[in-house]
Amino acid sequence: MSGALEQDTRDTALPPERLACELARVWRTPPGLLGFIGTVDHKRIAHRYIATAFVFLALGGVLALAMRLQLARPEARLIGPDRYNQIFTMHGATMMFLFAVPVMEAMAVYLVPLMVGTRNIAFPRLNAFSYWIYLAGGILLWAAFAIDMGPDVGWFAYVPLSGPNYGSGKRADIWAQMITFTELAALAVAVEIVVTVLKQRAPGMSLDRIPLFVWSMLVTAFAVIGALPAIMVASTSLILDRLVGTHFYNPSEGGDVLLWQHLFWFFGHPEVYIIFLPAVGMVSTIITTFARRPVFGYLALVLSAISTGVLAFGLWVHHMFATGLPRLGESFFTASSMAIAIPNGVQIFCWLATLALGRPVLRVPMLFVLAFFFTFIIGGMTGVMVASVPLDTQVHDTYFVVAHFHYVLIGGSVFPLIGAVYYWFPKITGRMMSEYVGRWVAGLLFAGFNLTFFPMHILGLIGMPRRVYTYPASLSWGGLNLFVSMSAVVLALGFLLFFVDALRSMRGGAVAGSDPWGAPTLEWATPSPPPSYNFAYIPVVNGLYPLWDDATGVNVATGLRVDRRELIVSSVTEARPEARESSPRNSVWPFWTAIATSVVLIWSIFSPWAVVWGSVPIGIALIGWFWPKATPEDLA
Amino acid sequence: MRQPRVVADLSKLPLHGFETASLTWWGTLAFMLIEGTGFLLTIAVYLYLVAVAPRWPIGAPPPDWRAGTATTLVLLLSLVPNVMIARAAERQDIRRVRVLLIVMAAFGTAPIPLRVLEFRSLNVLWDSNAYGSVTWFLLGLHSTHFVTDLAETFVLVAVMFTRHGENRRRFGDVQDNALYWNFVVFTWLPIYAVLYGVPRLT
Amino acid sequence: MSSARHRFPYAIVTPLLLAACSGAQSAFTPGSPQSQALRSLFWLMTIVCGVIWLLVMLSLILAIWRRGPAALAGSPQERRATMVVGTCVMATVAVIAALTVVSYAATRRMAEAGAEEPLTIRVRASQWWWEVEYPDTIASHGFITANEIHVPVGRPVRVELEAADVIHSFWVPGIAGKLDTIPGRTNTLTFTARHIGVYRGQCAEFCGLQHAHMALLLVVQDPRGFARWEDVQRTQAVTPSDTEQMRGREVLVSRQCAACHTVRGTMASGRLGPDLTHIGGRAFLAAGLLPVTRGSLAAWVADPQTLKPGNNMPLVPLSPDDLRAVSAYLAALR
Repeated sequence: MSGALEQDTRDTALPPERLACELARVWRTPPGLLGFIGTVDHKRIAHRYIATAFVFLALGGVLALAMRLQLARPEARLIGPDRYNQIFTMHGATMMFLFAVPVMEAMAVYLVPLMVGTRNIAFPRLNAFSYWIYLAGGILLWAAFAIDMGPDVGWFAYVPLSGPNYGSGKRADIWAQMITFTELAALAVAVEIVVTVLKQRAPGMSLDRIPLFVWSMLVTAFAVIGALPAIMVASTSLILDRLVGTHFYNPSEGGDVLLWQHLFWFFGHPEVYIIFLPAVGMVSTIITTFARRPVFGYLALVLSAISTGVLAFGLWVHHMFATGLPRLGESFFTASSMAIAIPNGVQIFCWLATLALGRPVLRVPMLFVLAFFFTFIIGGMTGVMVASVPLDTQVHDTYFVVAHFHYVLIGGSVFPLIGAVYYWFPKITGRMMSEYVGRWVAGLLFAGFNLTFFPMHILGLIGMPRRVYTYPASLSWGGLNLFVSMSAVVLALGFLLFFVDALRSMRGGAVAGSDPWGAPTLEWATPSPPPSYNFAYIPVVNGLYPLWDDATGVNVATGLRVDRRELIVSSVTEARPEARESSPRNSVWPFWTAIATSVVLIWSIFSPWAVVWGSVPIGIALIGWFWPKATPEDLA
Repeated sequence: MRQPRVVADLSKLPLHGFETASLTWWGTLAFMLIEGTGFLLTIAVYLYLVAVAPRWPIGAPPPDWRAGTATTLVLLLSLVPNVMIARAAERQDIRRVRVLLIVMAAFGTAPIPLRVLEFRSLNVLWDSNAYGSVTWFLLGLHSTHFVTDLAETFVLVAVMFTRHGENRRRFGDVQDNALYWNFVVFTWLPIYAVLYGVPRLT
Repeated sequence: MSSARHRFPYAIVTPLLLAACSGAQSAFTPGSPQSQALRSLFWLMTIVCGVIWLLVMLSLILAIWRRGPAALAGSPQERRATMVVGTCVMATVAVIAALTVVSYAATRRMAEAGAEEPLTIRVRASQWWWEVEYPDTIASHGFITANEIHVPVGRPVRVELEAADVIHSFWVPGIAGKLDTIPGRTNTLTFTARHIGVYRGQCAEFCGLQHAHMALLLVVQDPRGFARWEDVQRTQAVTPSDTEQMRGREVLVSRQCAACHTVRGTMASGRLGPDLTHIGGRAFLAAGLLPVTRGSLAAWVADPQTLKPGNNMPLVPLSPDDLRAVSAYLAALR
């Protein structure tokens, strides 16, 4: 591959044009199918990840519209209960496991290496594997739904409804195994992000110079590592109960049904923050850039993110206030659930102060931040209300809660995410999205969202429970439901317009240049879209806002090899360079490992022996993956 | 485009650092964190079921402790060559590493028949009741990790005897494998205490 | 909203039930001190949170409209901002702490039990109906009914909640917050109804295909009316008064119906489905699906799977005459 260059050629030996050319050759992804499945470029993988996640968002949105169609009037018979139960389960599972978590991690897979100034993510092959596994999990779930085998037990799959006695067929198993797929993918990315952030930062990027989005993703990655094992234990034991007759959740044989809820929510509540914390980082980033000044209270924002991540593990029981747990335990979880409002408050005040002290420019990403403020704070307020045990017993499992968590998840995460897409789109594609269309998108999404979800608070308070496929006409919920259903169309139009804008701008948007917003962080120091090697020279950082501190140039370090993929490993706190490290080449083995793993996971729904026999092809694929290849990258 | 201004020269940095300067070392650590959380949660499940049950163990005598204790002893003993191999890898002493890898492979294989014996001396089946389920699950979970690391050790034996062996990166792999083996041994101790101790306490 | 409270004696209410039910499943129509306390707590929190939200929105607007150069790090403006943010954080802590205490106080207030001996009712939730048992120390005084709970006004009530299959949740918003019924456990809900009326409730935990059709009625009566109702429920089923009803009883006992349903005083003694001894006196059938009339009973028996798809009652093929007879008999079981 590197025949043109002698071994151990350094970047200092080449003029800039030649250097770019050689780096592009060493880091390139070859065209064609093998190149496509073998690439380990974090940007290409993130591309796919993001695109796939948005496809799942659209699919989940279609399901939401189907539900709104059915609920538009009382006693409608458009969708029967069996299909409806599959639909709302699919909606929740798709949005949580196939959209929200993956899209946030995918944004990080794209941005974190650029923001910390390195050339690829840590463990790039694991990254490739992660995407294929995620894709396989998504296909499994949706293929099952297409043949009427979609899970129908809710995204939370409470036992005994999902257990061997009541969950008929293989529907609950599909749910449980989809969990395994997506969690495997999410855990892999979490490990990559943790190691990239801790060990691959540009020289000089000490802990207090890490961009806030990167901090958020670091906390998120740790939350993933802490939370996801719980759902793995839960889904595995559920499959065992269903497949080989264990009794984890069978009360007549010493099992316990509430054990499931503890495990599920020990994962499920941090999950909310796994979705929300990246959005916090996006908001901080967008506000800083458009307020045209350093963020107010950097340290406070970092500490809030960390304490949110920690507190997130002490709240799970507030999903179980209606199960009749002992009073003392409930009181503790009320206090902890209330307490998490404090770090969130700190963040909001810091952002407001940043805006007040700066000169805010209202470009489209900022509009989404404003929409975020308006809606997320309402969600936070209703969050305080459901944290109160007595109040929760009234609104729990009603449309009030549906309204609450959509305010938190859409207002708190999806609005910042769409803002972030407008913000980073020029970096990712090299082209701007439309400012004009963007304003319409923001307006439609904001109006559509609030008109759709605000009335649900009232519906819940006047008694409408969640997860019902219909309701009697006599309860006078019909009017509000019809209103909600019509508003949902506005919301859907907003998303449609967003997709149209994104697809059109990809080809026809105005050319962006490397830094169209005048932003301060490292990803804007490289061309848009970034070359395969990200940076021709590894940047050196001596402040939180390297591009504002230095308006014309960028400090860099030299001395890296050009004849192989090489990057810098630096120390955890100071980011002192410790070693030059090679970064793995493209490989098709992660793809084969993912295929082998998928076959085993699906097979294991039907037979426990799959795990035994299936470990053989997985083992072979893994040996292929890790066996030394005598490339320059392998030698040290 | 911004003009690059060279402020540092990294050409003298070592290629591939060891331990905290190695990415794979941190990766191994992260996976240990994930799996450690998994073990911790499974132990929590075990104790939760103990708390719910009126009597523990349910419908079975406590497991026979002999096979489990033998496993524990072998695993503890294996720490000695494991520490030695980590040191040899640090010194990049290929001959010692090769010999010790074979020793480690033997130490990894020895507990397998013991583990089979352990399953047989649990006195309960996974489908008898929740006690049986969680006992088998916990023991099975640990066995999976232990077998996985053993497989990795065998692959390393093969690699180190090829021309790829004498390489800083491979020595790093040996170190990471030793680190993971420590994890397998140390996570076993609380599991051993729970599996064999708790049924005797209550 | 309090105008929606129903203060009619039950005897008058029965025919009006359908109309009266509108709005009866609302947290805003409290019929007990428990749900009243919840309503006050709700408004308190809504007002506090609403005011805070308005303040934040106001400062957001001000922050964006402010004109002038950006204040740099270390400037006097930034120091002032630090003070303001610090104050806001402390205020947040104070408000959060206050709301937590208010929430604890509400819990405590709601748990206060009356001195009077409570009326104990056992509710067993099944897919997708509620079995209601009024146990009594004298076994023959206890009785079982379904989907309709009667309680006397002013007397504390203790509901013991159990589940027959999966998790359900007992929720009558006008009376109390919800409490799950959990297989392998018994949960206890206590309340005292203060206002005579009919309160609708519904299963609040997703429980499978017909989760949407798992309603119940809670009827609060004056003590005399309640005693009368109890007396009626204790009796065995009425004997048929004409040949059609007689035939209906025969069909019911001889066909599959008896395998799942009990009609006390006949051979029908199945326990899988609701007790039908006094079905004719209940307001609804099939857990709130249809009002009890002869016509709806016939429609239900003729085709339960179309009316409530997936429910556990099979279609029992009956001749038109048999169907008429059964419905006549059931309607007469008051």
